[in-house]
Amino acid sequence: MTDSVQWQPSASLAALKSRAQQLAWVRGFFAQRDVMEVETPVLGQHGVTDVNIDSISANPAPVGPGAAGGWLQTSPEYHMKRLLAAGSGPIYQVARVFRDGEFGRRHNPEFSLLEWYRPGFTDTDLMAEVSDLVCGWLGCEPPITMRYRDAFLRFAGVDPFLASDSQLLKCCQQWMQPAQLQVCTRGDCLDLLMSGAVEPALAEVGPVFITGYPESQAALARVSERDGLRQAHRFELYVEGVELCNGYWELTDPDEQKRRFAADNRARRSAGKPEMPADQAFLASLEAGMPDCSGVALGLDRLLMLKLELDNLSGVIAFPADRS
Amino acid sequence: MASYSTNEFRGGLKVLLDGDPCIILENEFVKPGKGQAFNRVKLRNLMTNRQWERTFKSGESLEAADVIDQEMEYLYTDGEFWHFMKTDGSFEQFPADAKAVGDALKWLKEQDVYTVTLYNGAPLTVTPPNFVELEVVDTDPGMKGDTAQGGTKPATLSTGAVVNVPLFITIGEVLKVDTRSGEYVSRVKSS
Repeated sequence: MTDSVQWQPSASLAALKSRAQQLAWVRGFFAQRDVMEVETPVLGQHGVTDVNIDSISANPAPVGPGAAGGWLQTSPEYHMKRLLAAGSGPIYQVARVFRDGEFGRRHNPEFSLLEWYRPGFTDTDLMAEVSDLVCGWLGCEPPITMRYRDAFLRFAGVDPFLASDSQLLKCCQQWMQPAQLQVCTRGDCLDLLMSGAVEPALAEVGPVFITGYPESQAALARVSERDGLRQAHRFELYVEGVELCNGYWELTDPDEQKRRFAADNRARRSAGKPEMPADQAFLASLEAGMPDCSGVALGLDRLLMLKLELDNLSGVIAFPADRS
Repeated sequence: MASYSTNEFRGGLKVLLDGDPCIILENEFVKPGKGQAFNRVKLRNLMTNRQWERTFKSGESLEAADVIDQEMEYLYTDGEFWHFMKTDGSFEQFPADAKAVGDALKWLKEQDVYTVTLYNGAPLTVTPPNFVELEVVDTDPGMKGDTAQGGTKPATLSTGAVVNVPLFITIGEVLKVDTRSGEYVSRVKSS
């Protein structure tokens, strides 16, 4: 048995050296811009409500009444927003985050997320800064911007806003059998078309921001009406077809946030997943007043993978989940 | 029968898809942003040998296929079936038809051991060992000496297989052959 135990790192020592350089470069980038580095809990009292993101539970000893249980954080978002509400000003964090069940060439259940928030920035302002950071490090051309709707029309041949459910299902038949599609929601269909048709095509267009997501995929972004359609102020950056970051012009309205938590939990129920209690401390910080801001989370492991022209995260993570 | 969830999918797993036994070749996890996760899976249908690509919602499962690999000794052919016997001392025999024997036919030597893949208890495929040792029954006359030149000639083996061999090989010699590539490896010292 000992023959088959792989104790060595899966990433080369040269890649690990680049990893250290990348981290130093990122810190330099934010130091120059007076964005403060912060650290927030990896183990928190609440998990995420998002139906498609599973938190890993931990069972720490209770530290006091009403503070039992714990979750490894899937992103430092709630905690960082509490710092913003407390008046931190612009902040960034290099966080270790955890997402249960995500493992593959471009996924590891534990990964490094660079997350930052910019009070006073709109989504467009923050996209310019993301471009400076990513292109400054990768040496790539600045990203173009493409609407989610246009990307679907062009690469999946369907309108994600206006197509009927049955039209979307028909487009999905290329990948899944009718019996499988019977249990797919409209959101599942859009995600299937995104990963099956749109993302592979994005690999060919160079760095590209996708913006204007359907309201159902707003997550924690504010929504406004554009071209007669309700669109979320959410953006994602794709470089060589690799999804690198996800950003929002942040929702600051506590009542709307509560409604979204409730909607998330309804979706979790119908998907047969356990409900996740809303983080009351986060909601209270919104009540107290979080400044108008934009925020973004960027996968550092994937960024390094692109920098080193590798196609598997195992080349940039010393010990991925299968040998951790 | 047991079933496997997408997070258990891995190369080599045998599952039932559309009623046919399939072997999983590749399993890729894909997940857009905050979206639903999928597994893009490449499979080979063991009945037709055709490759399939299917997408599953992560968490879906497939029934396990009753497919097992057994070491068996090749006994003889009656013209319609090729008969194999388990090597576990049970003397249990299995007839494999021409479809199951397939390309293994040209490497079949009586009393040699092969991997017979059983599906619901009946032979589905026969796989020869990676290397077999077979006697040359026909080839052009040997040329002594000049082994460095690297020229080759065809040689017919006892099973009917024809392989390219170095010029110095003569009739009656036993050769080691790689069944995956169909290439000559070396001479086997006569015992």
